[in-house]
Parts: sequence; structure tokens; C-alpha cells
Amino acid sequence: MYAYIIRRLWQMIPTILGVIVLVFILFNWVGGDPAYVLAGKISSAEQIANIRKQLGVDQPYYVQLWIFIKQVLTVDFGASWSTNETVSHILATRLGPSLTLLIPWLILSTLISIGLALAVAYVRGSLTDRAVMISCTVGLSISILVYIIVFQYVFAYKLGWFPVQGWGDSFRENLLLYSSLPILILLVVSIAPDLRLFRTFVLDEINQDYVRTGRAKGLSENRIMWLHVLRNASIPIITHVMAQLPGLLIGAFLVERFFSIPGIGREVILAVERSDFPVIKAITVYVAVATMVFNLLADLMYKAVDPRVQLK
Amino acid sequence: MPSDVTMPYDVPHPVSPGLWALAWRRLRADGVAMVSLAIVVLFLVQMVLSGTGLIAKDWAREVGVNYAPPTFIGPEPAAPVAESVTGAPAAPKASDKPTELPIEDPLADALAAIRNQAAKPGAAEEGKTVDPLADVMADIRSKAVEATPLEARLPTLPFGGDKWGRDVLKKVIKGSETSIFVGLAAAVVATLVGTIFGALAGYYGKWLDDFFNWFYSVFTAIPYLLLILAVAAVLQQKGTWTIVLILGLTGWTGTFRLIRGEYLKHKGREYVQAADAIGASNARRMFIHIFPNVSHIVLVQLSIYTVGFIKAEVILSFLGFRVPVDVVSWGSM
Repeated sequence: MYAYIIRRLWQMIPTILGVIVLVFILFNWVGGDPAYVLAGKISSAEQIANIRKQLGVDQPYYVQLWIFIKQVLTVDFGASWSTNETVSHILATRLGPSLTLLIPWLILSTLISIGLALAVAYVRGSLTDRAVMISCTVGLSISILVYIIVFQYVFAYKLGWFPVQGWGDSFRENLLLYSSLPILILLVVSIAPDLRLFRTFVLDEINQDYVRTGRAKGLSENRIMWLHVLRNASIPIITHVMAQLPGLLIGAFLVERFFSIPGIGREVILAVERSDFPVIKAITVYVAVATMVFNLLADLMYKAVDPRVQLK
Repeated sequence: MPSDVTMPYDVPHPVSPGLWALAWRRLRADGVAMVSLAIVVLFLVQMVLSGTGLIAKDWAREVGVNYAPPTFIGPEPAAPVAESVTGAPAAPKASDKPTELPIEDPLADALAAIRNQAAKPGAAEEGKTVDPLADVMADIRSKAVEATPLEARLPTLPFGGDKWGRDVLKKVIKGSETSIFVGLAAAVVATLVGTIFGALAGYYGKWLDDFFNWFYSVFTAIPYLLLILAVAAVLQQKGTWTIVLILGLTGWTGTFRLIRGEYLKHKGREYVQAADAIGASNARRMFIHIFPNVSHIVLVQLSIYTVGFIKAEVILSFLGFRVPVDVVSWGSM
């Protein structure tokens, strides 16, 4: 087990190096001289030379690459080019709001989707099943932009149930007041595809022999569905949930933007708009690392859920 | 796909039909496929027509009033129709002649407030993008009937007007040209790159395979959207081709994995060994012999990518990495 984890971590190193080199090539070579971007349109040759020296761009490429690797390892990306805030501080402060939004949503979304998927798969082929599936398909076809605008207009503006947008200082206020409508929208958007997917996972299991054996033994239907079927169907569910996890930090940017929530996703968009390279570089590298860690966690969870899985 | 499983044997052919004739015959037998084909052709025809300027040529003309309410009937029953749909409390009752009466819009203040709030987070976007809420406000018939004293402008349009009174229907038609082109072109780039990489990795194996696998894991470690945004940040010039390149060069990973697997499977087959025996070169074996046998994957990938990239173009355009200002696309609307 531990040997497995250590080997997996060891195998991550070339990939992380690759990500670093890719980001480096993208921003220091394809993007042209960062000094020109930073200096803006009007600048003298002297100023540019000065900025180049500050950024270390006058050094040869291998020295620049080494500087970048050191930045990644020490979590010190210097200051943002547009606000002069340190990048590590930006990341630390933006992570909180993102997680306040995403963790409750992820938990609710997964639980509701699994519950509904079990229920719908149990009555498979019935009118309820087909009605739910058709409404899922319809819901799936509508863009998230439409949901955001309609929900914001109807619930927040017309009915006044929620604040239209904003973010407070206290955690409780943020969680209960400001993030409830965004979470509701994300739920509506995410449950439709998840439910369809999870339903097929459950359907794969529900016709297996062990289900019939369970019934023959006289187990209750609840026990069969929630314990036996769910546990066997949970491996693809874990894969799905864990795989989409890191992307969510970025993926919630539309919601964060419309509700002006100061999260990571909104920060990425702002940084891209302002050509704020240090922030984008930092977020790209760390999200890539997070992706690999979550993949490893998913593999470990397989083992926890299904002891037959051999970790090699 | 030279599989002749469903070839109709009952009709004797003087000359055996070619690959494309067979494929067409099979396609015609499938009802759903023919309907889908008709829809796709309809879209392409519409794209060609708008491209050559036969329809929707004057999409930029400001034919209607600003935010012209959408109705098919005409100016007279416009207000009652809109009112009954939304059931809004403050419908302008006396709008029997909306072009002449400068009615004070009861919602105007509130709308302006909302728009200001919505535009606040991205101050930079305020100047260059059409306010995201504004169009949709018109769409959900918030009847911001701002009466403009221009006689030539129509008070209503079949699908409503935008901020400057341009016909939304014509904009959609014109926009489809850009969006479908971007989707198709980016899908072609992505499948091309993915196919070539996958073919090389799967066919040659060894260190080349290791290299491309490493490359693949690097690209997939970064979430797709973040990768697109990073490339968009670096490429400063904005244009249709930039979007095509961004989407194409970041989207090849799925095709790569599938094609690599197929090449691994096919390179040991007898027909490839036979080609080797008669002295076919590596490139010939890869692209003349094996490729037709895996091309179904490429076609499926192409269609999936096209849909995905049209959606991605919408998001990119929404964020301001858009096609130029004088070009309209679905995303910039």
C-alpha cells in the first residue's frame, strides 16, 4: 500500500516537470517577451531593459527555467503584474470563497444524483423513469448561461429570495446567504448529466446475479439497493466525481463572475484579461498538481470501496 | 470502413459498387440518419448562403427600435402579448403606438442598476462586450420599450432586436456562419494532430510511444478550460483563426488515445504484415493500409469535437477572446 503510494508519487515527477516546461514555453517563448506585455504600449527602450532585468528575462532560457522551477517549489511567484499583490496571497484568499461554494455543492450534487439514480434505476423502463430521463435531456441541452440569467432574474431580482450578487466577510453569511443561489444553479446544471450517467452505472449492476441472490435470501429492497448495488456501482461514480474535481475550481468561473464571488475561477478570468502572467502560471501549475493528486486519491478510494481491487 | 456486412446481395451488380456507393446505400436505409443528414445539410446551406451574401447580408443594419420586442404579429398587439407571457406587474399599458409615445419605462432604473452591477466585476469588459444581461433581458421580454423617434425603424421584429435595434434573427443566421466554421475548422485541426500523434506513437512504439504518452499526460494534467485560457492569454492577437488554433491545439488528447490504441492493435495484423512483405514503406503502411481501418474513430471524434468546440467558442467569446468586432458569432451575442 505505502509502496504503491510512494511509487505513484515518484511517477508524478516527470509529468509535473512536463507541465512546468509546457507552461514555461507557453509564457516565456510563445507569448513573446513578457517585458513588452508588462511595460505596455508606451515605453522607452531603457524601461524595457530595466523590466527585463527585474524579471530575469535577460538571462538565458535554462536559467529562466530554473528560476521558474524554484518558484514552483517555494510557492513564491512574486507579485501580480497588475495589482502588485503577491501571487501566493491571491491564491490563499481566493481559495476560501471557491471552496465555500464548491464543497457544499459537490456533496449535495453527488448525494442527490446517487439517490435519484438509484430510485430511477429501480423503476427502470417505467413512465417515471422515462419522464425523468427526458427532462434530464432537456435540461442538459440548455446552456448554463441561460440558467444563471433566468435564475438570477426570477429568484433574486423578481422574487427577492436571494441577494442578486455579492460576497460578505463572515463565513456563515457567505455560506447561507450569498452562495445559496449559485449552489442552486450549479445543482440544476450538474444533476441532469450526473443522474443520467449514474443511472447507467446502477443499471449495469442491478441485473447481476448477486442482486437476485440477495432477494432470494430475503434481504430488504433498501438493503439491496443502498448497500449491495451502490457499493458495486460506486467505482465508476468515484472516477467521475474525482476526475471533475480540480476542473471545478476553474469551471465555476461563470457563476463566480455573475455573482461576483471572489473565487479562483474569477481570478483566472481577470488574470487572462489583464495578461497577468504570474497568476495564470501559478494557478495552472498547482491545478495540474491537484489533478494528479486527485487521480491518486481516486485509485486509493477504489481499494477502500472494493477490496478486490489490486493496487499495482 | 470497408466492411460489407450489410451489402445487399440480392441485387446482382454488373460492376461491384465502390466504397462510397456502399456507404451511401447504407446511410439511405437509416431513417434517423437521413433526417440528421438533412438537418446538417440545411445548416451548411444556410452557412453558404450567408457567406455568399444571399441572405442576412444586412444584419448590421439597425432596422428596429432598440430592444424591439419579439412578436410575429406586428406593433399593435405587442404589449398585451408580452404582458400575458411574463405577467410582469409594470407593463406599459398605453403603448398602442410605441414608436411615437416616449413612455417612461417603469423598469428602466432597475434595469440600469442591474446592468451596472453585472458589469462591475469585469471592468475591462464593459467597454468592448455587449452587456451579457442586456440581450437576455430583451429575450425574456422585459419590454424595455425605449421609443426612438425614427420613423424608418420597425417597432417590433419577429425575434426582437438587440441593443442597437439589429434584427436578432439575421444576427443568428450570420453568427452561425462564424460559429460553425470555427467548430469545424478547430475539430479538423484537433483530429489531425491527434491522429498523427496517435499513429506515430502506436505504430512505432518504443521511445516514441513513451514520449507521446508523457506529452499526453502533461496535457491532460491541466484542466481543459484552464489550458485554453492560458493559451488565450499568451496569444494576444484576437481573431477567428486564433480561436481555431487555441481549440484545435488543446483538444487533440482524446483522439490521440483512441487512435494510438487502434494502431497498436492493427500493426500486428496479417494485412499489415502482408503489406510489409510486398515492400510497402512505413508511411504507406500507416496511412494507406491502416488508416482506412481506423477512420471510423476519426469521423466520430470529428463530429463530437465540432459540437464541443461550437460550445467552447461561445464561452471564449463571452469572456472576450472573441472574433473581431465586425464579425458576429453565436458566442459574441
